[in-house]
Amino acid sequence: MDLERFCSASRVVIVAGKGGVGKTTVTAALATAAARTGMSVLIVEVEGKSGLAACFGVAPLTYEEAELRPRVRARTLTPDDALLEYLDGHGMRRISKRLTRSGALDVVATAVPGMRDILVLGKVKQLEQARAADLIILDAPAAGHAVSFLLSARGLLDAVKVGPIQRQAAEVVELLSDPTRSQVLLVTLPEETPVNELVDTAYAVEDRAGVALGPIVVNQCVPPLTLDGDADADAARAGITLAASDRDALKAAATFRADLTRRQDEQCLRLAERLPLPQLRLPYFFTADVGPTEIEQLADDLVLGIGAMADVR
Amino acid sequence: MTAPIELVRHRHVVLCCGTGGVGKTTTAATFAIEGARRGRNAVVVTIDPAKRLANTLGLEHLSNSAHEIAREWWDPDGDAVPGGRLHALMLDTETTFDQLVQTYARTEEQARGILSNRFYRNIAGALSGTQEYMAMEKLYELHDRGGFDLIVVDTPPTRHALDFLDAPRRLTRLLDNRLFRMLMVPTRGVVRVGGVAAAAFLKTISRVVGTEAVDDVVAFFRAFEGMEEGFRDRAAQVMQLLAADETAFVLVTSPRRDAVEEAEYFAGRLADGEFSVDALVVNRVHERYSDVEPSSLRDRARELEGRRSEASSRLAAHYANLADLEEVAVRERAELAGLEDRMGDASVVHVPELGHDVHDFAALRAVGRHLMGAD
Repeated sequence: MDLERFCSASRVVIVAGKGGVGKTTVTAALATAAARTGMSVLIVEVEGKSGLAACFGVAPLTYEEAELRPRVRARTLTPDDALLEYLDGHGMRRISKRLTRSGALDVVATAVPGMRDILVLGKVKQLEQARAADLIILDAPAAGHAVSFLLSARGLLDAVKVGPIQRQAAEVVELLSDPTRSQVLLVTLPEETPVNELVDTAYAVEDRAGVALGPIVVNQCVPPLTLDGDADADAARAGITLAASDRDALKAAATFRADLTRRQDEQCLRLAERLPLPQLRLPYFFTADVGPTEIEQLADDLVLGIGAMADVR
Repeated sequence: MTAPIELVRHRHVVLCCGTGGVGKTTTAATFAIEGARRGRNAVVVTIDPAKRLANTLGLEHLSNSAHEIAREWWDPDGDAVPGGRLHALMLDTETTFDQLVQTYARTEEQARGILSNRFYRNIAGALSGTQEYMAMEKLYELHDRGGFDLIVVDTPPTRHALDFLDAPRRLTRLLDNRLFRMLMVPTRGVVRVGGVAAAAFLKTISRVVGTEAVDDVVAFFRAFEGMEEGFRDRAAQVMQLLAADETAFVLVTSPRRDAVEEAEYFAGRLADGEFSVDALVVNRVHERYSDVEPSSLRDRARELEGRRSEASSRLAAHYANLADLEEVAVRERAELAGLEDRMGDASVVHVPELGHDVHDFAALRAVGRHLMGAD
């Protein structure tokens, strides 16, 4: 599938997965890949993490929208800000001040289950409707929260029958259930527990939240390295005498790498068996933490992976 | 005296804290197992464990009371100290909260009124911090009535996981809320919704969230009347237990940059609360195989590659692989250096990357050997 087609398949991409799988890295790489096609990209992130700025080598994000690289902007969105903005926008500026002052925000948000999530998703919907960018990428909350985050709108529709919040929820459900408007990109690692949890999340997202799933991103795959034969024997053949410490170290390292890549392949295979979705594999970097250079390389890998995907529908 | 082995031998409470995905639950389970193996009556409180680890601990479902794990599972060779026992439970936040309400309600009717209130159900199920709060409540209950020597608590994997320190205070803060006081103006011993200003305020809120939700809130606060005292006392008791000498804090992290940053934040927040970290456990650290600098190994690989013989190319790949893994190991140690320097008197233990998931007793035991060191 060609990259431009992939990036314009839906206007909102929600990147989700358990904590520590590298959602932010994937978000940054996808944004970079999309920007290369000339699209404008807005990254929305909800947890106030510092990782995104580091990926692009810029100063930590504030609540103001910031440009991370040409055509890629980012902003942080918190439920409290979203609520205040919502109230302001609905002619309730006075109450919004009072809500903050009295600390009643917690009470109000608790009175309606999933209200915080609705406010954030509602704001994303508003950005999408306003065409704030060609592509909006939402770096979703971690862990099992991703599912409840996406389910919140449906839950709220059951609980609240009238009022502006109910309308907001209905519009969020519309956004989430239209594959041309939004899809979820799930991220995992090639390890047993993350794969198991990803499969559960995938079914929950599709069946219960009714959101379309894009390809699965398997992050931090250790690149395969052909380590044929025995280092010691090869050294002898090449006329080199290995120091005992080198010999042991090379052997131990080779065993570790072989085990690692074998287990990794097993997990990718298991994932493919349990979840019939295309996989995009991104490499693990031995040499450095993820920064701008690595993000560009990951974007290259995404482009290659997407190129190899069959056209859907 | 803060090495993990000392903690499992002598402390009464061990709290494992850290961000998600760093092996906190595994570490907590290991501490409990190692405690039991040293003759203590141990229990581990888990929160949302990975399925296979949960199965190992016999936790197929939420279980609000501790269940015992048969000795043959955690002491298959019969070489552990006699007398130890191992228990596990998986925190059921809502049920724990319900029980707490029942404890402090003055009448059956009051308890029923609260438990059936929709606003209360939202608090019990979704208020941020409730899970943390209930973990602490469960800890206190096990301490108070469980008869355990060693209670190991896994804390929730939220980003601000130290919310549990605030958690006991969180509900009381909700009750101290100005809105609450504004709504509840006691008139001749009867609580009713307060003055005209409050009514107008409520009406505006109703416009946003609907009248039903507001009615629920008002009904909840009415029903709760008179119970705040009990909740406040309990919160104070929990804080006392957390501050006691018999309680240890174990900070769990991995050598990844983001996890280390979170761990530094945690250590800082614990210090703000005048709690100190007793032990730092770093999971999944890559071993160093060689004393040679990774860059020299890389150079060696390049040089061998240049020789253009098949044998030297194959050897070059081996050197490149060693350089890769050494680079990771060196980077991890550099990543951890700042955090470890700041640990002061706390012990620091690395658990090596085992290359596989840890979810059966044999694997937990292997982690335990790394954590406890030579006995």
